[in-house]
Amino acid sequence: MQMTDYKPKIVAFCCNWCSYAGADLAGNNRLSYPAEVKIIRVPCSCRVNPTFILRAFQRGADGVIICGCHPGDCHYTSGNYFARRRMALLFSMLDYLGIERERTRVEWVSAAEGAKFAATMNDFVSTVAALGENRRLEDLRCKK
Amino acid sequence: MQRIGVFVCWCGSNIAATVDVEAVSQALKDEPGVVFSTNYQYMCSQAGQDLIKQAVAEHGLTGIVICSCSPRMHETTFRRAAAAAGLNPYMVEIANIREQCSWVHKDIALGTQKAIVLGRAAVAKLHLNAPLTPGETPVTKRALVIGGGIAGIQTALDIADAGFKVDIVEKKPTIGGKMSQLDKTFPTLDCAACILTPKMVEAAQNENITIYSYSEVESVGGFVGNFDVTIRKKARYVNESICTGCGLCTEKCPVKNVPNEFNLGMDSRRAVYIPFAQAVPKVATIDPDYCNMLKNGKCGVCARVCTAGAIDYKQTDELIEQKYGAIVVATGYEPIKLDKFDEFAYNSSPDVITSLEFERLTNAAGPTSGKLLRPSDGKHPHRIVFVQCVGSRCAAAAGKGKEYCSKICCMYTAKQAMLVRDKYPDTEVYVFYIDVRTPGKNFDEFYRRAAEEYGVKYVKGMVGKISPQGEVLKVQASDLIAGRQLHIDADLVVLAAAIEPDRSARPLATMLTASMDTNDFFTEAHPKLRPVESPTAGVFLSGACQGPKDIPETVAQAGAAAAKVIGLLAKDKLTSNPCVASVDELMCNGCSSCERVCPYGAISYVNKEFRMPDRTVALRRVASVNPAVCQGCGACTVACMSGAMDLRGFEAKQIIAEVDAICK
Repeated sequence: MQMTDYKPKIVAFCCNWCSYAGADLAGNNRLSYPAEVKIIRVPCSCRVNPTFILRAFQRGADGVIICGCHPGDCHYTSGNYFARRRMALLFSMLDYLGIERERTRVEWVSAAEGAKFAATMNDFVSTVAALGENRRLEDLRCKK
Repeated sequence: MQRIGVFVCWCGSNIAATVDVEAVSQALKDEPGVVFSTNYQYMCSQAGQDLIKQAVAEHGLTGIVICSCSPRMHETTFRRAAAAAGLNPYMVEIANIREQCSWVHKDIALGTQKAIVLGRAAVAKLHLNAPLTPGETPVTKRALVIGGGIAGIQTALDIADAGFKVDIVEKKPTIGGKMSQLDKTFPTLDCAACILTPKMVEAAQNENITIYSYSEVESVGGFVGNFDVTIRKKARYVNESICTGCGLCTEKCPVKNVPNEFNLGMDSRRAVYIPFAQAVPKVATIDPDYCNMLKNGKCGVCARVCTAGAIDYKQTDELIEQKYGAIVVATGYEPIKLDKFDEFAYNSSPDVITSLEFERLTNAAGPTSGKLLRPSDGKHPHRIVFVQCVGSRCAAAAGKGKEYCSKICCMYTAKQAMLVRDKYPDTEVYVFYIDVRTPGKNFDEFYRRAAEEYGVKYVKGMVGKISPQGEVLKVQASDLIAGRQLHIDADLVVLAAAIEPDRSARPLATMLTASMDTNDFFTEAHPKLRPVESPTAGVFLSGACQGPKDIPETVAQAGAAAAKVIGLLAKDKLTSNPCVASVDELMCNGCSSCERVCPYGAISYVNKEFRMPDRTVALRRVASVNPAVCQGCGACTVACMSGAMDLRGFEAKQIIAEVDAICK
C-alpha cells in the first residue's frame, strides 16, 4: 500500500446538542476538514456504548472520536461525565490490546465552536493517518 | 423488508456544486431495500414535498431517506411531509450532505463519495426504524410554589393572574421570607415592607392562591403534568380559620424569654406569637418547645384570653395530598454560619453583627425601633466598620466559606453605610472590600454616591483580626492601595456574611430529582437558554435557590418561571418525545444500574409476573421507564449490563448499522 493513497476511516460520534451543532457550524462557516470523517448523530455522548467503538475498529475504522458538550454544559446535565469515565476505561483496555492511544479521542465541542470542530478533525485525521492502517482489531472476514 | 425511497436534494447549488447529486441517487438505488431514488432542486419546497408524497403513494414506500441539509434544520419539515404522505413521521432518516459534506469538502469526487456513504448509513439505519408515537399525558392545571418569599409570592401571583390555581407552601408561620426582614432596598431606597407587604396581602386575597404556611413538602411523586405531592401542615395549636390575629394571647402568654427568630434572636417573643405585624396569614402560632401547656399541661392562659376560641392544644400535623401540573422551587437563601470565622469575634462580641442583624437594628419594627444602638450596651456607635466578603470568594483550600461571590453584599453594604451616614452624620463609616462589584442598573452610581456624597470610607483590603477590648473592637486591617496596616477602634462591626441555599433545599432536590451544583444551588436546564427550568421536566426555579440574586433579579426570574409554568398549564395534554428508553423485560435482571445513572429519576422498578419453563409463575423485579419523564439521553442504555435497555430512535442495532455502513 502506498502511503500517499492512504485515507484513514474515521468515525465521529457527535452529541446532538453541542458537537453535532458545532459540526453544522463548521459547515456554515465553510471550514474544511478531511472527507474521511463521517459523523454519527447520537442524542448525548453517554449514548455511545463502548461496543460501538470496538465494532468500528472490527469493521476497519482507523480512528474513532467521541465529541460531546463541555463538562458542566451537558444538555442532560451529566451525560458527558458518564461518557468521559466510560471512555477512560475503554481506552485503557484498547491500549492493553495494542490499539494506539492516538486512534481514540474524546473531545468537547460546543455548538458555538465550529472552528474547534474543524481544527480537531484536521488534527485527528493527520494523527491517525500518520499511524497508518489499523489492523489489530480488524476482522478480515468482514472485508470483501 | 422495508421499501425505502431516497431523495437527494441539490439545495440549489449548495449541495449540487460539490456533490454529484445524480451519482449519489444512482448509487443509493442499488442499496438493499431501496425501491425508489431521485434527486430534486429543493426537497424542502412544496414541490419537493409533493414529490415525496407522490413517491410514497406510487411505490408503496415504508420509509424515506432524505440526503439534504442538517436534520437540525429540516427534520421537522420532512417528518411532517412523511406524515402528510401517510407514513409514520419517525420513518424518516436524514443524511446530512450539506453542512457536513458539500460545504466542508471542495473536491467533487471526495464529496460525492462521502455523500454516498452517509446516504448508505441512513438507509442502513432506516431499515431498523420502527414507527414511534409520541405519548400523551393530561395536565393537572394547578401549580405548587415551594417557598413564600418574594420569589415565591411573585411567581404565585403571576400564575394566579393567568387564571390557574396555585398553592404556596411556606415552612415559617408567615410568608414574606428574607425580604420582610429588610429595612430599605437598593438602589432606590424604598422600604422593603412598603413594597412587599401589599404583595403578601394580594397573595392572601387572590382566590386562585392557597397559602399553606407553617407547612413543608413531605413527599413528591409523579412527573411533569401529574405530580403527586404530600404537604405536612404542622400543628400550630391555633385554629387558623377562627383566629382573628388580635394578638391578645401574645401579650398575655407568661413565657417571655423565647429568642425572636424574626429579629435574629436580638430580642425575645412569647411562646405564642405572630412573627410580625404584617404577617400573612395573621394568625398566632404556639411554639411547642416553649409552651408550658404543651410541655407539662400547666398554663392555658392563651386559651382563656382568646375570645374567638381559636386555641387548640390538641391540634396535630395534617397531611394534605394534592396533584400538581408544575412545581416551582423558591426556597431562597440564608446567610452562612460564622462559626469558622473566629478572627472576626462574631461569637465572642455582641457588637460584631451580620448584615441581616444590622437590617433588623435599623428597621423601625426591629428590636430597637429603628434606632441604631449597640447590642451590648445600647449606646450609639460612632465608628462602624463594614467587612465585605466574609465567607464569599474564599479559596477552596481555606476550608471555610464559599468560593463564589454572594453578589448582593457590595450593594447592601453601600446602602447600609449610606443610611448610617444619612441618619447619623457624626458616625464614621469604613468599608473594607476586595472588589466593589456593581454590575446592575444604577448600581455603580449608587455606590459612588455612598463613597463620594455620603463620605463612606472605602478601603481596599481585608480585615485580619477583630479583638474586643473593653468597650471597643480593635480592628486590624490592611490598606492595599496605601500599602500599610490600619488599626481602627470601632464601636460596631458589620460582617457581610456569604449567602448559601436554604438548608431545606437539599432534601427537596432529592424529592424532586432536580439536580444541584456543589454549593447546593439548583442547576438550571441550560445556563443561558433555559435559566428558569430545572433539568427535571415540570420543575422550575425562582429566585436565590438557583444562585445569589438581588430583589430585582429575583422578581424577574419569578416572572419568567411563572411564564414557563403558565405555558405548561395552558396545555390540556403533553406530548412527549417518543425517542425514550425502553426496557426488554425478559432481559432485565433488576440490578438498578440504569436507575443510578438516570439524571431524571425516570426509571423505577416493578414486580412483574413471568411464566417460568415449568409453567409456574414467578415475580421478578424489572426496570420500568416513565416515558413522560425520560428525556432520551441514553445514559441507561450503556449502564445496562444485560443489554435490556435501549433507546428508541437511537437503538444499539441502528447505531451499529450506521457504523458498519460507514466502515464498509
